Amino acid sequence: VALLGNPNVGKTTVFNALTGYRAKVANYPGVTVDKKHGPLRGAPGVEVLDLPGTYSLAARSPDEMVAVDVLLGRRDDVPRPAAAVVVVDASNLERNLYLASQVLETGVPVVVALNMVDVATSRGHAVDAGALSARLGVPVVPLVASRGEGVPALVDAVRGALERPATPPRLVAFPDAFEREVEALGDSLPRTREGSPLPDAERRRMLLDVGGHAERRAVEAGGARVSDALAAARARLEAAGHPVAGLEASRRYAAIGPVVDAAVARPAEERTTATDRIDAVLTHRLLGSVVFLALMTAMFLSIFSWAAPVMDFVDVDVFGRLQEWIVSAGFLGGGLLESLVVDGIVGGVGGVLVFLPQILILAGFLAVLEDCGYLARAAFLMDRLLRWCGLSGRSFIPLLSSFACAIPGVLATRTIESRRDRLATLLVAPLMSCSARIPVYALLTLAFVPPVKVLGFLDARALAFASMYFVGIAVAVPVAWILKRTVLRGDPAPFLLELPPYRVPRARAVLQQMTAQGGAFVLRAGTLILATSVVVWALSTFPRDEAALARRDAAVAQVEASRAAEVAAAPEASRAEVEAAHDERKAAVEAEANGELLRRSAMGRMGRAVEPLFEPVGWDWKVGVAVIASFPAREVVVGTLGVIYGIGEADEGSESLREQLQAARFEDGPRRGEPVFTLASALALMVFFSLCCQCVSTLAVIRRETGTWRWAAFAFGYMTVLAYLAALATSAVVRALSA
Amino acid sequence: VSTAAASTLDAAPRGAAVRVVSVEGAPSVSQRLLEMGLTQGAVVSVVRTAPLGDPLEVRVRGYLLSVRRGDARLVRVEPA
Repeated sequence: VALLGNPNVGKTTVFNALTGYRAKVANYPGVTVDKKHGPLRGAPGVEVLDLPGTYSLAARSPDEMVAVDVLLGRRDDVPRPAAAVVVVDASNLERNLYLASQVLETGVPVVVALNMVDVATSRGHAVDAGALSARLGVPVVPLVASRGEGVPALVDAVRGALERPATPPRLVAFPDAFEREVEALGDSLPRTREGSPLPDAERRRMLLDVGGHAERRAVEAGGARVSDALAAARARLEAAGHPVAGLEASRRYAAIGPVVDAAVARPAEERTTATDRIDAVLTHRLLGSVVFLALMTAMFLSIFSWAAPVMDFVDVDVFGRLQEWIVSAGFLGGGLLESLVVDGIVGGVGGVLVFLPQILILAGFLAVLEDCGYLARAAFLMDRLLRWCGLSGRSFIPLLSSFACAIPGVLATRTIESRRDRLATLLVAPLMSCSARIPVYALLTLAFVPPVKVLGFLDARALAFASMYFVGIAVAVPVAWILKRTVLRGDPAPFLLELPPYRVPRARAVLQQMTAQGGAFVLRAGTLILATSVVVWALSTFPRDEAALARRDAAVAQVEASRAAEVAAAPEASRAEVEAAHDERKAAVEAEANGELLRRSAMGRMGRAVEPLFEPVGWDWKVGVAVIASFPAREVVVGTLGVIYGIGEADEGSESLREQLQAARFEDGPRRGEPVFTLASALALMVFFSLCCQCVSTLAVIRRETGTWRWAAFAFGYMTVLAYLAALATSAVVRALSA
Repeated sequence: VSTAAASTLDAAPRGAAVRVVSVEGAPSVSQRLLEMGLTQGAVVSVVRTAPLGDPLEVRVRGYLLSVRRGDARLVRVEPA
């Protein structure tokens, strides 16, 4: 059984009620993209499949194509549904019945779920389900799915439809000339694999949707013969006074009008709804912009201020203690295995898991805004600005989501109808500063930006931090603009967006979104980042130079040997000082020897290979190592810098790593002895990480969504080149300014 | 209906009800406008414009739809 409906009609809530299975509930069209199914309650063996929301069977966005393909049995992975439940919004019947009438014509047994009857009642609409059922010729079940009302009746109706499918009368009358053309097309089109002509519903879609999904599929299968046949048929219809453009919509709405009139008693004057009053403020010329900016600011501030205490706790009290405990318990023997667990696994994975609070807060915020209907208004407000760089309001939600993580951002582009707009959005989405950049920004800002006031009132550190977000946006604008004028050039697609009625966000829906996002993140930390941490650890440890290792141990032993003698020789009063001096010497010897070991490791060789490229920016080979090592996930760079510049605990909050970086010096070359990190080279590194695409998960999801590695490679390539050039420029400008 | 009274949706006065006369433009654009309910004879009204002047918020068939001025220009309307 397939579940269909317009976006924002509570389709997912109906799905949950039918299956008792907790699926994600969303207000914005397209969040319910993945194939979701569950067993129908009280009907063993019957599966309910939740299809993406669509306004029409004339599919345009990738989402809608999935819905239509499943319904018409065009997909290999899903059998053609035995029945369809069309969820309609009782308070907005006309447009909802448009889709329902299309589904009725496909020949699938249909049950209409008349949802949100309570909303219709509150607007003074009295909907007569019996009259509607009589007119449509299929069962109509009134529902308030959010409260579970009417669900048992809907289950019964579905079972009834499966056992005794109704044959509804043809609701929409098309001209005879059109019906003849649909009939005739059967002969000129390729047959299905089973050898029968393509179904009637599919031929109708092909003829009606000029350049549409059905036509493209048929032309792919049958070539020019098909496109010629379609063009000829359309020309004949036009000559007969029935041009296909507008034919379907006008006939369909003409047929629906009387149905709605018969089934719905409406007040003469539409009541002013709460939505009208809220919109008067939220989309107001001045107030609307103020509220929008305030909301966005509040969202980002809350990410930092609310998450910080939790992050410190997780970082220091959970992972820091865990590392200390492992070392002090000593059951791993203090050797290679202990180093792998403490530095590689706990350090690497823990360093990433601390961002969970931020991801949860952002996901929660977005879920609340989405569920109450505000995100559609945000898209409405932002359309003008986004169009300026060649995108549309629909790109707003993917881009906003990308500030949490580019992966949900890329997935959210599925609701964009125009393929070119979708590609452009998806290619600039990773430029938005995601939460994985926060540790990089935090570490470098705290270590190298002095806590001074700029222009007397701006905190320099906050400014540096905020600038990184701005850099990504500022670069995304021209990139989108150029993409839309070069490789993705084409006619602008219409931007039509429903502004759904406001409603109180449901706690359950919000929690579901938060757990889904948080779960995905933890999974990623447990798999990809765990693997990366181990690989980075291994590449920086092997091949082990046994001679260098022996030299280190000898040097350390030498310090230790002289310690006993010197301490004994020193006067009582200065013994503590001598001890301390020896500890320092020992640490220095170890650090130098560890640097030597790293340099000879596989990672160190890679870093040295790219050093000439990084030298103009002001980075040494160790930065090269960190950049290469963070290719799978940019947040890994913090852990890697920790491993490289000093062994031990390494996360963005640790004083020791900050101090290690501040103390780092060039080991050789013309700048030997100078500090590696200055304001210029640190800011350059931040800019590099704000623009680069060091994230294997993002690249993988781009490849999955575009169907080719080409776009993933393109995203990685253009972002890396831009990141490098911008880092070079940043370094040069800061040096010039501070000179 | 005199042609002088006919205009396009983007130029319709705020809050006033107008009736759709026809929808022009390429099929890919016009079909979408028609599907969303802007068919001949439908009564629509422009509720307000976005803070940046575009797009328009239009009430049609009992719901609210955001339409760009450029697309609204394809919809010929007359006073209802």
